[in-house]
Amino acid sequence: MFHITRRQALAASGGLLATVLAPQRYAGAAAGGTLNIAYNVPLPSFDPQTGPSSVNPTIQAMYRSIFDQYVGQKPNLAFEPGLLTAWGWNDDKTKVWMDVRENVVWHDGTPFTPEDVVWSIEREGKQGGGNPVSFIWAGIGNFKIDGKRITGDVKQYDPVIFKWMAFLTGFVLPKAYFEKVGAEGFEKKPIGTGPYMVDAYEGNAYLRLKANPKYWGGKPPFETVVFKFVPDATSRVAEIESGSSDITLEVPYEEYDRLRVKAGLKGVCHPISDIAQIFITNGGVMDDKNVRLAMCHAVDKDAIVKRLLRGYGVPIATLEAPEYEAFDPSIKVAHDPKLAAELLAKSGFSKTKPVKFTIQTTRGYKPKDYEMIQAIVGMWRNVGIEANIETYDIAKHFELRMSHKLAPAAFYNWGNAIGDPTTSTGFAMFSKSPHSAWHSDDLDAKIGPLWGEKDEAKRIAGWKAVDRYIAEQGYILPLLQYAQPILYKSDLKVTPNGSGALQPATLVSKA
Amino acid sequence: MLLAVIANRAAMALVTLAGVAVVVFILLRVVPGDPVAMMISPGASAADIAALKAHYGLDAPLLVQFGIWTKGIVEGDFGTSITLHRHVTSVLADRLPATIELAVMALFVAVTLGGGIAIVGTLLRRTPGEAVIDGLNSVMLAVPDFIWALALVLLFAVALPVLPLTGQIDPALAEGFSTRFYLTESVLTGRFAVAGNILSHMIMPTLALALPLAAVIVRLLKQSLKEAMLQDYVLLARIKGFGELRLVLQEALRNAIGPTLALTGVQFTFLIGGTVIVERIFAYPGIGNLAIDAIINRDFPLIQGLVLLFGLIFILINIGIDLTVAALKPRLRHA
Repeated sequence: MFHITRRQALAASGGLLATVLAPQRYAGAAAGGTLNIAYNVPLPSFDPQTGPSSVNPTIQAMYRSIFDQYVGQKPNLAFEPGLLTAWGWNDDKTKVWMDVRENVVWHDGTPFTPEDVVWSIEREGKQGGGNPVSFIWAGIGNFKIDGKRITGDVKQYDPVIFKWMAFLTGFVLPKAYFEKVGAEGFEKKPIGTGPYMVDAYEGNAYLRLKANPKYWGGKPPFETVVFKFVPDATSRVAEIESGSSDITLEVPYEEYDRLRVKAGLKGVCHPISDIAQIFITNGGVMDDKNVRLAMCHAVDKDAIVKRLLRGYGVPIATLEAPEYEAFDPSIKVAHDPKLAAELLAKSGFSKTKPVKFTIQTTRGYKPKDYEMIQAIVGMWRNVGIEANIETYDIAKHFELRMSHKLAPAAFYNWGNAIGDPTTSTGFAMFSKSPHSAWHSDDLDAKIGPLWGEKDEAKRIAGWKAVDRYIAEQGYILPLLQYAQPILYKSDLKVTPNGSGALQPATLVSKA
Repeated sequence: MLLAVIANRAAMALVTLAGVAVVVFILLRVVPGDPVAMMISPGASAADIAALKAHYGLDAPLLVQFGIWTKGIVEGDFGTSITLHRHVTSVLADRLPATIELAVMALFVAVTLGGGIAIVGTLLRRTPGEAVIDGLNSVMLAVPDFIWALALVLLFAVALPVLPLTGQIDPALAEGFSTRFYLTESVLTGRFAVAGNILSHMIMPTLALALPLAAVIVRLLKQSLKEAMLQDYVLLARIKGFGELRLVLQEALRNAIGPTLALTGVQFTFLIGGTVIVERIFAYPGIGNLAIDAIINRDFPLIQGLVLLFGLIFILINIGIDLTVAALKPRLRHA
């Protein structure tokens, strides 16, 4: 019979009270070798190859901590060896070859092999297997392994296949272990070859990682890393301000400016591969080139960056950010309200007789998205465009875009961490892509041949020409490249990542 | 008789849940937002999209999908979450205990705080103290839970950083549990340091949820107590020489508590609803926080499971309150 005396009860209560009210231990950064990150999104799943999480750019930092990609990527978006040390095509680009890194072990101590690479690519390329970009991976197959070299046939030439190996879903999973434990078993106890091993996980709360002492890239800088899932921006600000976390990201720019100068904290706000843009859907008034160009010339992107985003952002004229391969600084779309008014006048529109349409936007999905659209609508009004703002959530945007039912103008954020023009201009503007809004034969005729272009210089030049044509026709309104605010304790050193992935293993260290 | 009432309520609950199931299933398919559209790559062909829809069972006609889902429910299988890659029942079983502990703690604090203030307010009636209590209570009543949450964050996590801001427990301590009822288990197993850590994480979300409910209790209970204090039986007790405190606690409270109890039950369902936003702010790993992610990601099976679970919780609370009130007021048992 369980019996507790009054004295025991009092002692227990007193101890409990003392523990609850004891001052919290907020030491310096990474106290005891633990780095606490107040992260903006939770990790729903440990499978980086299938499901919605696998194509969610915001959680790639966690995947990259546990798993390795076929091909690595530097903070400036340049590619580097990952689990593949070398790769390429044969001369006529009918075959691929890949050299697999040696002396790598999985977190359970078993050796990493070329079979793991082949199995991973084949799993990813299986149509209906749950990989959202299976068509990319299905472009290569019939693999043969000879020592550390894998060769395979090119079933459908894709110039970006190796870049995808550093991008969404491009992770290698352990064949033998996965087949042994199954998908659910893998979710319960995931293993990779990455710099950190999963130590504990509480959905919607945290992910605790332990350093992988056998990591091929050298011992990680922190013994323990805790990703705290704090989706609320106010709470993330409080986490870093109170010292509960050592580093956080994606806080409001106002808070970033306030805290980065506070004693004990530092900040970095660097452009990342996220582009704010306004899709233009063909049909109705948007078929009028004068209206489209007037929309583009009326917008003062510099003012939006300076006044709304406190200077954090880079105005752009095409869908290529300066770090992207097909960026062409000679393409410019001037802010010229007078020209915009003249263009509208040619089509019979003016401030007293404005052209009218609806613009859709998210609200709170990206920093100042709604406010940005309000400002743009104000700029348009000054030249003779009356736009009605309609808000929607991101899920609705995807569905409308896929069914080509977006409003004439629609705000969106387009990420492209590999910086290739196919994954920005290509997919956003080619009418056969389910995510394009502008559908026209003239543009398709220019884009079509570039998908299979095997001469790289010619391919990039081709995309630059397409970008110039799009700017001249006003088929889309690119706005700006976002900058990612990161706040951290001053005794840390943080290297901003152009892809936006805050990777504790390689980009955060003790100062 | 009591068993018959319970059986009747259980049958009604089943009908209600069936209705909820139909409504949530249809609503999710009518409201824009397709989980496959959320994840497909821009270069995907129609065949790729079709294959992905088939993978998640979203390609079948609606009636067939509904049939598969309801058949699964009958067999105890609520489907597999699209985003979490896990059985919905397993996910809900993992997350529900955190919400239950938080909600029960918030209810306890609300009742204790609200009841205590109401009694003090009754004792101080017709004095300046009553006006002070009424004024403070109006503020508590006017401020919603999420504003309380943000105010508490600023106060106890930023200005005076004495409480942990996010999570349910320090990640370094979250080991050795055999159930998901972390607080209950740590107290029962004598791990008081761990229990203290859990409680320190609970203070802010608990207060954010409890304060608005406490204000409702204060307003209703104080009014009921004041009315009861004018009744003849109280006058008789006063003549017998009972002190004011004894009059309130022993005579008035017993008769005044019925309406408060019934309303507290109703308000408790709102408190459960409030966990959605409060858990989000404090990154608390309960079903409320889970619900937001499920909705953002249009995770149909998970949303359906969560709505049914919330429906079941609301029904059980209402049944519990009805039975409690009936037990306290015998004449209501046959109502």
